[in-house]
This record gives sequence, structure tokens and C-alpha cells, in this order.
Amino acid sequence: MKILVCIKQVPDAKDVRLDPKTNTMSREGVQSIMNPFDAHALEEAVQLKEKFGGSVTVISMGPPQAEETLLQAVACGADEAVLVSDRAFAGADTWATTYTLSMAIKTLGGFDLIICGKQAIDGDTAQVGPGLAQRLDIPYVTYVRKVNNVIDGKIIVERMMDDGYDEVEFQMPGLLTVVKEINEPRIASLKGKMKAKKMKATVLTASDIKADLKCLGLQGSTTQVVRVFSPEFKAERSMLTGTVDEQVGKLIEKLEGLL
Amino acid sequence: MIVDYFLSEEQQMIVEVARQITDEKIIPQRVELDEKEEFPSEILKAVAQADLFGLYIPEEYGGFGGGCFDMVIALEQFSRGCVGVATSFAASALGAYPILIAGSDELKEKYLPQIASGEKLAAFGLTEANAGSDASGIQTTAVLDGDEWVLNGTKQWITNGGEAGIYTVIAITDRSKGPRGASMFVIEATDPGFSYGAKEKKLGIRTSSTRELIFKDCRIPANRLVGRLGTGFFTVMKTLDLSRPGIASLGLGLGQAALDESVIYAKQRIQFGKPIISFQAVQHMLADMAIQLESSRALVYATARYIDSKPKDMSKVSSMCKVAATDMAMKVSIDAVQVLAGYGYMRDYPVEKMMRDAKILQIYEGTNQIQRNVIGQALNKEYSRS
Repeated sequence: MKILVCIKQVPDAKDVRLDPKTNTMSREGVQSIMNPFDAHALEEAVQLKEKFGGSVTVISMGPPQAEETLLQAVACGADEAVLVSDRAFAGADTWATTYTLSMAIKTLGGFDLIICGKQAIDGDTAQVGPGLAQRLDIPYVTYVRKVNNVIDGKIIVERMMDDGYDEVEFQMPGLLTVVKEINEPRIASLKGKMKAKKMKATVLTASDIKADLKCLGLQGSTTQVVRVFSPEFKAERSMLTGTVDEQVGKLIEKLEGLL
Repeated sequence: MIVDYFLSEEQQMIVEVARQITDEKIIPQRVELDEKEEFPSEILKAVAQADLFGLYIPEEYGGFGGGCFDMVIALEQFSRGCVGVATSFAASALGAYPILIAGSDELKEKYLPQIASGEKLAAFGLTEANAGSDASGIQTTAVLDGDEWVLNGTKQWITNGGEAGIYTVIAITDRSKGPRGASMFVIEATDPGFSYGAKEKKLGIRTSSTRELIFKDCRIPANRLVGRLGTGFFTVMKTLDLSRPGIASLGLGLGQAALDESVIYAKQRIQFGKPIISFQAVQHMLADMAIQLESSRALVYATARYIDSKPKDMSKVSSMCKVAATDMAMKVSIDAVQVLAGYGYMRDYPVEKMMRDAKILQIYEGTNQIQRNVIGQALNKEYSRS
């Protein structure tokens, strides 16, 4: 089984600062990490490879420094790394990103299963996985919490729902987005780290993937950011004092006042 | 910051991987594992997945091909988290060393890959009720019957007992030959006539498993003999020479953890309107802890690197680093409890466990008194030559 995992390099959430003037994220000096949900996608791919055989390729669209995150994925069990990188991709929203990734995946060809994290922790859109499946015209299941089996080219998974789970079966090729409940990502192994040290990611540019330049980057993006702001905190707080009975009385009074 | 020991890139990777396992897996679980006296199977699985069980095993047997120093820097990290977990890991190496040192190609090919992958743990069976420091008191026997060895006897306080799949065990094969009458064997967990005693209740390293190995007409194929007949004691001595720096490094990790906790606490704890680190009485304790730790580390690292140069005789230096680092760990962990005082004595803080765990380091793999004998005898020999 040939598995592809989509990975995004994101700023470490522990270290995020907003520029108070522009309200945009200040990326300077902020450490980059692998999007945590993607780490679960990678772990699931590696576990599937260990169980059913095959290979795991990781792909990322991003600037040259995103290679670091791809090689981290190699240290954790991926076999190949592909970086889709070109100045023309800059400023892409999810629409342009899914276009770019789909063109890269068509160029590489031959994957049975694509696994993504359910969303990235910086943009939080959760659109790239499903959008990519649409563009590739393959079935997809989001919020996957467990892969039950892979048999005769079919995959059976559990989709996490608010009130339980759905069991979904589909014929591969297809795409999954996974939640963190699916597994616990492993720590990079010594042999993996050594392999990653010697490896370089394959770089694909806009011309390599035969992309239509109009569909790329900012130009190809349909999203417009009109304004970015921090929501104001308006809720009022007050502390009720006195005996329990008195506090209950005051609370009922307040609640009645709202009706 | 500790002294820069100029680790190679590969060694830095070993430290990184071991550190991550320690911070993400060992430290969050150590209190529960200690309280429940539960074997750290899940953590050891992560260690296996990270390829660290193969650290010291040659590449041809699926290992990393590292040496004593590589083991030392990995064990130092693990023991910073929990000496009990680190002991379970180190004991597997102790069980594997006899095969590595003296085993036939056949035994190496069969067992080392399983140990390197972490698929099976190993254990080392030397101690008996009447054979501790004095290994000549061994009662367990092995008798050749056709093409099988038949073992009878009981090994005591065996680390990884009941958890390991592969045991290297010493037994008397010809009592009339004295020290040349003992031989080493590989026993598999599933061998007929092999069972375990109850799990021992210990002061410290409670997550590690310590049990008796009981052999009642335990029959094994003749080819499980490790090395030549009658060379068991020599294999044991060589095994311990190689493993002692590992025990020393458990002292380093524990000492580092105790110092870390002490300094962090002393900076936060306010008494008489000041952090207690501003008082000389406390400062001097911390300074002494740091001095003892750093000098032990220098000796352990130097010894491990010396052992990797494959010297002819390494018993003296191996014993010296074991004594220095484990006596240091005991002293530094006692002082850590003193710095944290009332809080340090409570189980809410990690230093009481470090103090409990430290004690075993002065006892197992040869008491520090026996180590001093080795050092003393070596000195006597050295000075007789000239």
C-alpha cells in the first residue's frame, strides 16, 4: 500500500505572539513544529505500513525551511519526502493550496491512501483534506479515530461523531483526516534520525507540477482577509458571598432579572 | 551547564532520543509506576521503537553497533527520569553481554537480534541465596544428560525476572574444578522446568521486576552453553567490567535530577524574606552536590571511552567509576531531600524517590565494598610489577 501523508509546518502554539499593532502573527523567532494533527496522520501511516506493508511518503507545501519538518517525519518512519516549494505558491489560501497539492500528487501518482491531520493549528480551517479529495475526485472520511481494517483494496474506518462513531468503508484510493485520539505519535528512532540526516527532500516547483500560474498563491486564492482583530472580552464577573442559602437566593434573583 | 564532552553527531542523537523518551514517557509516569510497583512495559516499548535496545549490539545482529560510552549517555538520560526504568533497560544489556562476549555465532544469531529489536528482554542470573558477593557459593548445577543440559537450583533477586524472554545463567558444571567449574547457559522463558518466585518488595526501583529464577530439572539443548565449558566465571567478570560504567551512569542521571530539583526549589522557596538559595548554608550544599556530580561524570565518561578503546584489563577503572558515581548519587540525593526539607520528605516531590532509588546503586552489580576490593587488589598487582 502506497500511503501519502500531508504535513504542514506551523509555528509552535506554545510560543505564539501577536503583533499588537497589526494583529498578525509575529513569526520572527518563533519555533516551527510539525502540525500536531499531522503527527497523528504520520503515525497512522507508519503503523499501516508496519501492518500491511508498503511505503509512506510525506508531502508539504511550504518555504524551503519546511524541509526540516519533512525530515523529522522521515526520522519518525516515513520513507520519502517531497517539498512542494516555489515563490509562486506564496499567499495561498486553502483553495489554492488544494489545487497546488493536487497537481503535485498527480505528478507523483499512484497513491492508495492519503492521510491528513483533521486541521492545522495555525489556520484551523480543516479544509485542505476534504478540498484535496474533491480535487483528486476520490472518496474521503474526516475525523477518523480508528482504522479497523484494510482488506481487498477496501479500508474500514471509524469516524468520530459527537454522539458516538460511524463505521465507514470505501474502496481505495481515498483520503482520511484523523483526530488525535487515533494513536500516540512515536518518538523519532535513532536509525530514523540517521536516515533523515543523510536525506534530502525532493523539491517540486510550479513548473514541475505543470500548474496553471493563475491558480497559484495569492492570485489563485479566493479568500480575502478584510480585518484581523482580537475579540474583546466583554463578559462581566461577580462573586456571590454569604451562606450557601444566601448565595443561592442571590443567584436566583440574578437569573430572574435576565428573563 | 555541564562541561562540553564533545559528543559526536551520532552521540548527540542518542542523547536527544533518550532525553525525549525520558521527558515525555518516563517522568510523567514514574510516580504511578513506583506506587503501583508496575513494570514499565509501555515505556520499554517506546525505547524499542526508538532503536535503543540495540545500542550496544553489533550492526550485523540488528543493532546500532555502539559501545560502552553510547550506553552510558543513554542510561544517564533514562535515570534522570527514573532509576527503576533505567535498571530494567540496563538489565537487558547485562543479560545480553555474556552472549556478546562469549557466545557462539549460533547463539548470537539466534538471540541478539531479538534483544536488539526489543522484542525480548534479557536478564542475568548470577546471585543466589548463599552466593552474593562471594560468587563461589553458587549451588545451581547443570548436568549433561545426552544432548541436553539439566539445570537445578534457584537464582535470587534477578532483575527482569518474569519479564525477560532470554536469561543468561551461571551454574556449576564440575564442582571439583573450583572457579573453572562454572559455566554460563542461555535459558528461554518457555523452557520446561523453569519458573519464577514471587515479585520482591523493595525500598526503591519499585517499577523494576526482581524475582527468583527457579530451575527444577530444567532441560535445555546442549548448544545453549555460552563459551567453553568451565569459563562461566570469566564471562561473568568480563560482563561486569563492561556493565559497571552503566550502573555508574545511573548514578549520574540520578545525581543530575537531584541537583536540578534542589536548585529549582532553592530559588523558589522563601524563608526569612529571601529565597533560600541566597543563604550560604544552602549554597554550599548545592555547590558540593554540583562538584561531586561533575567530577563523577568526568570519571565515568573517561572510563567508558577508555573501555571503548578495548584495553586488556579494565576492572580497576570500571570499579572506580561505579563507586565514585553511585556513592555520589547516594550523597547528593540525601542532600536534595535536606534542601527540600519537609517538602522533600513528602512523596509529592520527586527527591524522596531518588533517595530510595539511589541506595541500590551502591549494592547491585557488586557492592561498593567489593568494588574497593577489586581496586585494591589491582593496585597491589600493579605496584608489584615494577
